[in-house]
Amino acid sequence: MNSFDYRRASTAEEAIGAVAANGTVLFAGGTTLLDLMKLNVLGPARLVDVNALPLAEIEIRDEGLRIGALARMSDVAVHPEVARNYPVIAEALLNSASPQIRNMASIGGNLMQRTRCNYYRDIAWPCNKRQPGSGCAAVDGENRQHAVLGVSESCIATHPSDLAVALVALDAVVRVSSAKGERVIPLCDFHLLPGRTPHLETALADEELIVAVDVPASPIAARSHYLKIRDRASYEFALVSVAAALLVESGTVHDCRLALGGVATKPWRVPAAEDALRGQPAAPKSYEAAAEIAVQGAQPGERNAFKVELVKRAIVRALTHLGGSS
Amino acid sequence: MNLPQARRQGREAEALIVNAKSYALPSDIRVTLLDALRESCGLTGAKKGCDHGACGACTVLVEGRRVLSCLTLAAAVAGKPVVTVEGLANGDELHPLQAAFIERDGFQCGYCTPGQLCSAVGLIAEGAPRNAEEVRERMSGNLCRCGAYPNIVAAIMDVLEAEQP
Repeated sequence: MNSFDYRRASTAEEAIGAVAANGTVLFAGGTTLLDLMKLNVLGPARLVDVNALPLAEIEIRDEGLRIGALARMSDVAVHPEVARNYPVIAEALLNSASPQIRNMASIGGNLMQRTRCNYYRDIAWPCNKRQPGSGCAAVDGENRQHAVLGVSESCIATHPSDLAVALVALDAVVRVSSAKGERVIPLCDFHLLPGRTPHLETALADEELIVAVDVPASPIAARSHYLKIRDRASYEFALVSVAAALLVESGTVHDCRLALGGVATKPWRVPAAEDALRGQPAAPKSYEAAAEIAVQGAQPGERNAFKVELVKRAIVRALTHLGGSS
Repeated sequence: MNLPQARRQGREAEALIVNAKSYALPSDIRVTLLDALRESCGLTGAKKGCDHGACGACTVLVEGRRVLSCLTLAAAVAGKPVVTVEGLANGDELHPLQAAFIERDGFQCGYCTPGQLCSAVGLIAEGAPRNAEEVRERMSGNLCRCGAYPNIVAAIMDVLEAEQP
């Protein structure tokens, strides 16, 4: 591991002032950062420890849920109001990582975590995300874990967060702060498609600090569910996952939300599938039709074509869980 | 390799507090809590299994919460109370979980045991329900390559049942 400067910020202003400098990275839980530094994938010159900043609060407000950027995954997961009114968030968190990592990892850091693509994580391989222009080893490589939606010739790496999939389904926004003041980035615009620039991963500017994630209050949020399918029963990243929410009135789908994980290069909301489902009977046939729409445009590689069928079935199962079949 | 420069402004006086004892912080800023425990403090209970947060063998408690010491910078926890497996027993009296692991034969080679014990202490502090399936899920961050899982779960269940009326 390369050496680095380490300092602690005690105010947001101090952190923002420090992070504007080249090669400076904010350090919260450190679970992704330290891992990738050990692998020499990342080598920041300076770490600014932000853990002392007063940004760990979980607030229940009339407008909705406000999760401080430094709230830990475990604290959000077991918050009774989150479990009651935003179950998809609690379920996504409890199905993430391990209890130890959930105790360490922050919500802001969760959104900023890097892909688990093995070629990104191993510096012996070319990777456009790690080293722009070097090529993508995954396109013709071991791509069983990789994305089928939102892919480009330059990158097919998935975004690994479960939480972000749940949040994007509930129209969450990211509050960020800089010397210029605060601004809000809708989570659906926060992560960038790889296109020809997979090294550019988020809409967050270098001099910005995530301060909170806001989730609007809505009746549908309380009728939500996260389904994660993986190679082992626990402590594993998703092969496919579904964040779903469903409001059924008199057997008809009144409203719905649908987002996919493990299959796309960013947390993948599927508005066309939602539109198709609204007004339809809350029944498997409707769910299957929505699932078909959700995977339109999928571009599977040699080893991950199974994800297309798997995620369709996961969508149907998640919606059936929420809405029943009648 | 160049000698690392440890520049921790205003942090020189801070120490690691492990099992209620104070230890000097390593001068190299890159040192993880796990390496500090093993190499500087002489506390070799926490094990370096994978060193990447995948196995749980390095689990310790920081401020009472279970964390992975391999993904924690020593400097980042300076001044905070750290408890390792060496700090669980009360003198010659084993921690109830240690006694239960022996009673239930909750290990084979023993390599993962310090992490399993610290993780189980954290789990009980978190308010785990008395439910073997839940305990299995909540212990999933600790791998045991010998496969002692059934007995580990039984040991933890014994302690949970003894502690909760």
